[in-house]
Amino acid sequence: METVRAFRSMVKDSLGYITHGSKTYHIWMIFLTVIMLIGMYCYSIQLDEGLSVTGMNDRVSWGLYISNFTFLVGVAAAAVMLVMPTYVLKDIDFKQAVLIGEGLAVAALVMCLAFVVADMGGPSVLWHMIPGIGVFNFPNSMLAWDVIVLNGYLFINITIPLYILFRHYQGKEAKSKIYVPGSILSVLWAVGIHLVTAFLYEGLQARPFWNNALLGPRFLASAFAAGPALIILVLAAIRKFSEFKIENKTISKIAMIVTVAAQINLIMLVSELFKEFYAPTHHSESAYYLFFGLEGKTALLPWIWTAIPLNILATVLLTFHKLRNNFKVLYFCCFILFVAIWIEKGFGLIVPGFIPGPYGKIAEYTPTWIEIWVTLGIWAMGAFVFTMLAKTSIGIELGKLRYKKKKVLESETA
Amino acid sequence: MGDKKKWFQLDLGLNKKQPNAGTCGCGKTSGGCGSHAAEPPKTGHAISSAEFDAAVEQELTQETMVGQTRKDGFQQVFDVKMDRRSAFRKLTASLLVGAGAVHTSCSVTAGEETKEKAQLDWEEQFKGNYKLMTEEEKQATVDRLVRSYQLRKKENIKMTATDASKDVLFGYAFNISKCQGYMDCVSACVKENNQDRNSEMQYIRIHEMKDGEGFKFNEADDNYYHEVPAEGHFYMGTQCFHCDNPPCVEVCPVEATWREEDGLVVIDYDWCIGCRYCMAACPYDGRRFNWSKPEVPEEEVNKNQHYLGNRLRKKGVMEKCTFCVQRSRSGKDPACVEACPTGARIFGNLLDPDSTIRWVLENKQVFRLKEDLGTEPKFWYFMD
Ligand code: SF4
Ligand code: SF4
Repeated sequence: METVRAFRSMVKDSLGYITHGSKTYHIWMIFLTVIMLIGMYCYSIQLDEGLSVTGMNDRVSWGLYISNFTFLVGVAAAAVMLVMPTYVLKDIDFKQAVLIGEGLAVAALVMCLAFVVADMGGPSVLWHMIPGIGVFNFPNSMLAWDVIVLNGYLFINITIPLYILFRHYQGKEAKSKIYVPGSILSVLWAVGIHLVTAFLYEGLQARPFWNNALLGPRFLASAFAAGPALIILVLAAIRKFSEFKIENKTISKIAMIVTVAAQINLIMLVSELFKEFYAPTHHSESAYYLFFGLEGKTALLPWIWTAIPLNILATVLLTFHKLRNNFKVLYFCCFILFVAIWIEKGFGLIVPGFIPGPYGKIAEYTPTWIEIWVTLGIWAMGAFVFTMLAKTSIGIELGKLRYKKKKVLESETA
Repeated sequence: MGDKKKWFQLDLGLNKKQPNAGTCGCGKTSGGCGSHAAEPPKTGHAISSAEFDAAVEQELTQETMVGQTRKDGFQQVFDVKMDRRSAFRKLTASLLVGAGAVHTSCSVTAGEETKEKAQLDWEEQFKGNYKLMTEEEKQATVDRLVRSYQLRKKENIKMTATDASKDVLFGYAFNISKCQGYMDCVSACVKENNQDRNSEMQYIRIHEMKDGEGFKFNEADDNYYHEVPAEGHFYMGTQCFHCDNPPCVEVCPVEATWREEDGLVVIDYDWCIGCRYCMAACPYDGRRFNWSKPEVPEEEVNKNQHYLGNRLRKKGVMEKCTFCVQRSRSGKDPACVEACPTGARIFGNLLDPDSTIRWVLENKQVFRLKEDLGTEPKFWYFMD
């Protein structure tokens, strides 16, 4: 009974906490809300007219939504890179970063699910996918696997931080006997969501560009570069805008992870390029299209030729300790790396899979404004969710939110 | 031996007298029996080349009298099986029409109709997957759809839910030498299958290729608007090939698409969630998606429908060629076969040793597209 009461009080406290804040905080939240509203309006148009308002068609049947989904699965999985050392290897440095990382994972997963729903032709019959009342093509369909692992991962990433925060909220220590097994599970699970998402594409014999054994490992490498890169940027912002202390050591350690992952990613990219271009076959046409264009169709060239130099530049800069330890350079590197991988693992991966088509037809794809706004709206939603989660956990971690200490606190502030 | 194959292989039992045998007759472990064409014609198959041509000829001339008493080998099977079902269906249909008449004659308030509509919509929204329905449930959803159409459009349609028959496996062959690119098949298909007129959806694509350059699909034109046959070109049609090991079926997360007993790969339009994973998985460009609400002018709607076939679709669902299930399961040829003026299209039961399609497979040099993918399409190409 006590626990229930404490929990209810925590929910109430956090609700109160997230609706109050500095001016910057309010402007930020209003800004996000406006974008979300525009996105929702655009989605309502899409619901009404059908997916024909997007740039997708029978020849390129997945576009911006699925690209973002794929990329965000990577971001979500990256939280694991922080979870592992903290909980399992007892590396104290990472402790604060982990809560942030898991919050990021939750936000990314929410966005993933939103992108999948946005991409569906019939969102009203999505219940067909719910095991029990629907029909689930398990274990045959990789999409069915993906639904399971994503929701499972979401569950794990909500429960672990919730448990820890709840204990801290009550002023108690979180019992490691309870959360360590959960963390180990989430570590394995993160690799799982990644591989399964890669298998989604890898398993299609119809699309040679995806049907490639390196796809899974490359997914992992690029995610472990882009995810922690984002975490570094977020930590930097939190350091700036709140009293939450994050030590330089923590950021440096995460930067190390980013560097190694980016290096491995680059090696794999070289291996892939070698295979496609040293002895090109018919199956290399998608890669040709991506990098050089085919028959004068060059829509993806600006994208990929932005991504590749950014990727290389960031990796090279990060490789030098001197540069990496300069935080200005580090933030810059993280930003361009994030953008580069977003392009590469999103657009650069999904769209060329459809081009050329099964019979060699080249039909290009350009997203429409409606599609772009829905996408922005979902990103804004992710940022919104994350801000709320981060604010609450920071509040609890700093001791501002405490069970039964509310009055004391209030009198303090008064 | 034969059953230890590492990958899926279509088995028509072509090498055995007994069709539909469990294991492969040729006894080889690797792709040997796939090359039906290379095998010498079997004894017991006494159709000569001339007779085959005559048969095609006959089919062409018969076009006008289709629907009369032409019985194919497998149609007899249908006739027996159909009786009870169709009787039941007719009964319910007449009941419904009667109910409709009573409704109008008694000038029932509009409110009641709205209520019925809402009730039907509700039941339709929460019905199960067709594949897993019992006979009664199947019939019930068909009746609901018929009634709903009647309420909405004040017109009657005929919808069937005929199941696959035993000992039938549908297959298709395309004669590259005969096709002249007239695209009569394409327009017949659009009409027969109630495809969206706005987006000009077409299941069949005819690829125009240059003579002497082989099959270069990437250089082919599948959207031409000039007089055919164009000098120095040949034509090749593609559509859904009804793969015997269909990758599109494997990937569907909700089992909204599946392979029926008679080899047709079908979709339950009401169960499909529109994720388009199957479209990405199809190596043959066989699937089409309803990107917006499909529209067919009322007077052009083909009212002879099948639940898994040409019934009207809604927006956001997948569809594709079904070998005209509404026709093929009642013993008729698909619309494209019937419409082709050159006789380039052959359709029939692969398990019937006397069918034309079997004759083609055994006596012509046939091939299929992308055989290396292991999809085992039931769609063969051949030349005279
Ligand atoms: S051709 Fe494509 S849609 Fe048709 S059965 Fe084969 S994989 Fe499926
Ligand atoms: S689009 Fe429909 S039929 Fe195709 S995989 Fe998705 S749910 Fe299945």
